[in-house]
Amino acid sequence: MSGIPPYAGALERTWYYGFRVFCGLVFLFLILPILVIIPLSFNSEPYFTFTQGMLSLDPEAFSLRWYRDIIDNDQWLHSMKNSFIIGFFATIVATVLGTMAALGLSRPFMPYRNIIMMLLISPMIVPIIISAAAMFFFYSKVNLTGTYLGIILSHAVLGTPFVVITVTATLSSFDQSLIRAAASLGSAPTRTFFTVTLPLILPGVISGALFAFITSFDEVVMVLFLASFEQRTIPRQMWSGLREQISPTILAVATLLVFLSICLLTVLELLRRRSERLRGLSPQ
Amino acid sequence: MAVTATTPTADDIMLDASGMPLKQALAIAERNKRRKALIMALPLLAFILVSFIFPIIQMLFRSIDNPAIHDNIPNLSREIQDWDERAIPDEALFAILADDLRAAGKLKNQGKVATRLNYDITGSRSMITQTARKLKKKTEGPYKDWFIGLNEKWGEMRTWVALKKASQKYTASFYLNSIDMRYSETGKIVAQPEERQIYLTLFWRTFYISIAITLICVFLAYPISFLMATLPVRTSNMLMILVLLPFWTSLLVRTTSWIVLLQTQGTLNDLMVYFGFIDDENRIQMIYNMTGTIVAMSHILLPFMVLPLYSVMKTIPPSYMRAARSLGANQAYAFYKIYLPLTIPGVAAGSILVFILSVGYYITPALVGGRTGQLISNFIAFHMQKSLNWGLAAALGGVLLAAILLIYLAYNRIIGIDKMKMG
Repeated sequence: MSGIPPYAGALERTWYYGFRVFCGLVFLFLILPILVIIPLSFNSEPYFTFTQGMLSLDPEAFSLRWYRDIIDNDQWLHSMKNSFIIGFFATIVATVLGTMAALGLSRPFMPYRNIIMMLLISPMIVPIIISAAAMFFFYSKVNLTGTYLGIILSHAVLGTPFVVITVTATLSSFDQSLIRAAASLGSAPTRTFFTVTLPLILPGVISGALFAFITSFDEVVMVLFLASFEQRTIPRQMWSGLREQISPTILAVATLLVFLSICLLTVLELLRRRSERLRGLSPQ
Repeated sequence: MAVTATTPTADDIMLDASGMPLKQALAIAERNKRRKALIMALPLLAFILVSFIFPIIQMLFRSIDNPAIHDNIPNLSREIQDWDERAIPDEALFAILADDLRAAGKLKNQGKVATRLNYDITGSRSMITQTARKLKKKTEGPYKDWFIGLNEKWGEMRTWVALKKASQKYTASFYLNSIDMRYSETGKIVAQPEERQIYLTLFWRTFYISIAITLICVFLAYPISFLMATLPVRTSNMLMILVLLPFWTSLLVRTTSWIVLLQTQGTLNDLMVYFGFIDDENRIQMIYNMTGTIVAMSHILLPFMVLPLYSVMKTIPPSYMRAARSLGANQAYAFYKIYLPLTIPGVAAGSILVFILSVGYYITPALVGGRTGQLISNFIAFHMQKSLNWGLAAALGGVLLAAILLIYLAYNRIIGIDKMKMG
């Protein structure tokens, strides 16, 4: 459908180019807000706008002072450390439990599949404020508020649906006869899992894990309700920055986060290509 | 499973290697497989049930639970239920109240009673605390005239009707409150006074903002999904990055960008002033109001619309459209008759997803919504953190959750929850 057919009339031509322009604008709408903060984070003035100097590309108008601000600020460094620690452990919990559940759910003999699936996906559907309020009451009762364990568990709950969804989707194209083949060759089920199943579904597991990680890394409401000052994460720090003293340091942090998401996106893209290649080789 | 080649006759039951009837052996094998599959899903199921589903049920219980008065002045709470609401109670009930309040005062629980009654009758907080304080000195009756002399509200019917209702173990008053109703002074269900009717407006606002965001997302996502589905794979993969990068970028970052772009001293206003569309004095307020909420949320939720739409459109063979055109349909008619119906499942999936997510949205409205862009979640947070009216927070949450579960069930019925895909 690329290009206009030679028989197209004037109206069709106008429509064709108008359509493309509209699409271009939508893509700009998607990407521009994210790109605009990158140059602004190098602003040497404490403003959120482009100064005259920046527009005329005056090197004086650009500086790294907001990045220096992050490094000099113990709170930001502490919250970065927290974000990675909490994200890491929440991802481990979510990935292990989610992958196991997905393996069970994709077996042909799984009973009550639909209702179990609905329960497992529900953390993604229930509004975050309700989840956070409910967990706040529950965690205060079992003394988990204001602890790392509490935050990690709550983030793991939020991350599991993504793992379940991605791994189940990967398993739907997994050739179950490979398991029977391995069994017929005398392999024990655990060995089959680690040498046959896992390598084949690994892209799905990793992308599920990345989803779980970014869910935790980006989460602020649970932290607002459950964490004490000690467990502040980057989004929590940005939250109070945006609500209280708004400073361009936030833009510098935001820029760093954009680069992090570019890295994650690249990893995902490579995984997708790998699994496409593997699928191309498989006999189906 | 042993397979035999012979056809069984009526009295010839097939046996497996160990001599068990084949049918029975098969049933056992299938049961084992079912159990194994269930065991694998069990750890996560248990984890979700204990740390997610159970807390939510427990929280929803708070929306009908009403322990503050019932537990702290128990004797009065029991006896008052027999009071006939015709006249101010007699000395006996006042004496029970005095004993109960004195006991509550010793345990420093009179504040809880006062706060709870204050939800129903404004200004009754001081009445309770004052009475409890004075009761420390007064050890003997008669109480009735003393109470009324202390605070004339004790001589009003509405105080006692409210106390009777508020001292029941379970209450519907939080739910009534969440839909702008209340118990009147005579115990009937009536509408809240005009100036306190906020929640129905809020539910309605949440609903139409979410509908608006869903429509905007369909309007923006449909063309670009179509473009990506029809372009060569290499180009469409490049364009897909433009969709996925926002999807993977932190919500806080995207909200920050919109603040930067839309605020009165922001980039967009600067541009419009520069090109002379508006004066420097008349910069447009585009954020910290409903516009800000709608724009920022549409941007944040757009990928959730594009991804399901794209995956549906990719499966539609382009030859269908060419066939329609070769049969004489013009572009618009072929699109309307052929392409559009085929993409409806994708539109439905994306719309329901976007709608569910936006109905429960909290962070973005809280940061860029100002006063007019607040949604129901923001008020739940307010009652959780500021007013500490947890019963009302739970009731509002219950209504919201019920609405979302209905849509979720519809989604499951129409599309199937296991068809959901990410990225």
